[in-house]
Amino acid sequence: MKTIRLSIIGFGAVGQGVARVLRNKRDYLVHLGINLLVVAVTDSHGACIDPDGLDLRAVLQRKKESGTVATSNASSLDVIKNTDHDLVIEATPTDIETGEPGLTHIIESFKHGRHVVTSNKGPLALQYKQLYNEAKKHGVIFRFEATVGGAMPILNLAHDALAGNRIISIEGILNGTCNYILSRMTEESLSYKHVLGEAQDLGIAESDPTYDVEGIDTACKLVILANAIFEMDVMYGDVEVTGITKITSEALSLANVENNVIRLIGEVQDGNKRIMRVAPRLIPKQHPLAVGGTLNVALLKTDTAGPICISGKGAGSMETASAILSDIIVICHKNT
Amino acid sequence: MIISMDLELKDIPGQLVHALIPLSDFGANIMSVLHHHDQPTPSGSIPVQVIFELKNGRLKDIITELEKNDIRVVTVGKKRLYEEVTVILIGHIVHNDMSDTIDQIDNTGFAEVVSISISMPGINEQSSASLVINAEDKNKLIEAMNILKTVAEKKNLLVIEPIENSFE
Ligand SMILES: NC(=O)c1ccc[n+]([C@@H]2O[C@H](COP(=O)([O-])OP(=O)(O)OC[C@H]3O[C@@H](n4cnc5c(N)ncnc54)[C@H](OP(=O)(O)O)[C@@H]3O)[C@@H](O)[C@H]2O)c1
Repeated sequence: MKTIRLSIIGFGAVGQGVARVLRNKRDYLVHLGINLLVVAVTDSHGACIDPDGLDLRAVLQRKKESGTVATSNASSLDVIKNTDHDLVIEATPTDIETGEPGLTHIIESFKHGRHVVTSNKGPLALQYKQLYNEAKKHGVIFRFEATVGGAMPILNLAHDALAGNRIISIEGILNGTCNYILSRMTEESLSYKHVLGEAQDLGIAESDPTYDVEGIDTACKLVILANAIFEMDVMYGDVEVTGITKITSEALSLANVENNVIRLIGEVQDGNKRIMRVAPRLIPKQHPLAVGGTLNVALLKTDTAGPICISGKGAGSMETASAILSDIIVICHKNT
Repeated sequence: MIISMDLELKDIPGQLVHALIPLSDFGANIMSVLHHHDQPTPSGSIPVQVIFELKNGRLKDIITELEKNDIRVVTVGKKRLYEEVTVILIGHIVHNDMSDTIDQIDNTGFAEVVSISISMPGINEQSSASLVINAEDKNKLIEAMNILKTVAEKKNLLVIEPIENSFE
């Protein structure tokens, strides 16, 4: 039995999802020969630390009741630097201006010889190369499946399952909020404003929806795909981005006449015709990319396997935790 | 240039080959052959329609050669516009000189707007339009799309293009 000590940095929807999944899957993990000990959990108020392993049920309960996990005022950075552990799960909010606090958390983790699994897009969309090099320099593993497409295993698919294939291009719907809005507008012939309000009421869109509806979130994910799968070394600013705020219900009806739908598509293509673009596009209704609701989908064009398409839930506490768990297991296996 | 040619062949074996060899000899890229075996002419010949792409302008040579082979060339038509795309525009389309937007494509000579439907919800609101553009070939279509995108950017119109890859 291999014991891996880990910390959960950031205890919101994703961090708590990870805690629940680790509790649910305890026996399964033991069966795989992995004993996971969560030695620290942090949020914006502080940390709780136990070198012998925290009782996650109690931590979840405390977060629910008092709004924080903190039993000490040690910061996330203190935990990363001073608490002895092997693996850091970074799940703090995404900031695409500075990448912080995630960027510093991740780099400090590497410097202290800790592997990192993250769902935070900011650091990757801004400083992919630096992070890649730092991880390599310190001989640790860095994985981030949860940053693109939530539960949809797109990075692992491209790297492992499709090993040996050259990926020629990826087109996909990588933002559930935009997809929900466009699907509803099409189905109900409603205006953008109306459906956005409805999505906000349902908690599908944020009160400030800019990050989603202007295509910024999709662009960040595209940058991660471009860097991680196409080895492009690009940043957020390199993507041509158009959001969905101008889409009218009339445009959707006109598309419908020709048996098309309109969806926000992220597209990345390498080679002599390098493309990195986020834009609303026309898609034939029967095309596999034409998914509805909050679903995400990606179509990978490969040189040997031909086109491969995957679809799944792009967000959600447990769904995102599933992607994080798969990364944790890979690291545990590589580490034995 | 894409050319459509109607021929009449004698109803004896081997005639189709006699008709197609001059085409390939003079560098034509044959795109389709329709053999109307079931519709013979009163004189008993078989009508055949051939569509091909010719880049070197040697159409005269092809016709001469066909006639030498005793094949009747009935009509020669330039079927210029072959590739088609549907795009959607959103913005103040009509206020921004709609006909100019269309002219910019039509004036190229290699592409044209063949149909347009506009939906205008109100005087000061954005309109939406569906445009069908035809062009001589794929590259010309991309060129036409680039012109449209440049014009649209100047007029602050959103262009929604189809995705490129089909799932096949
Ligand atoms: N939710 C999803 O479905 C999803 C899917 C894919 C990726 N992601 C990404 O995953 C990350 C987490 O998302 P989320 O939905 O869990 O966000 P969230 O609910 O807002 O949670 C963020 C957590 O980070 C904590 N935090 C903020 N600043 C911190 C700091 N300096 N040090 C330590 N903790 C700090 C917050 O503390 P408090 O609790 O004290 O406020 C909170 O616990 C984001 O980067 C997001 O983009 C989310």
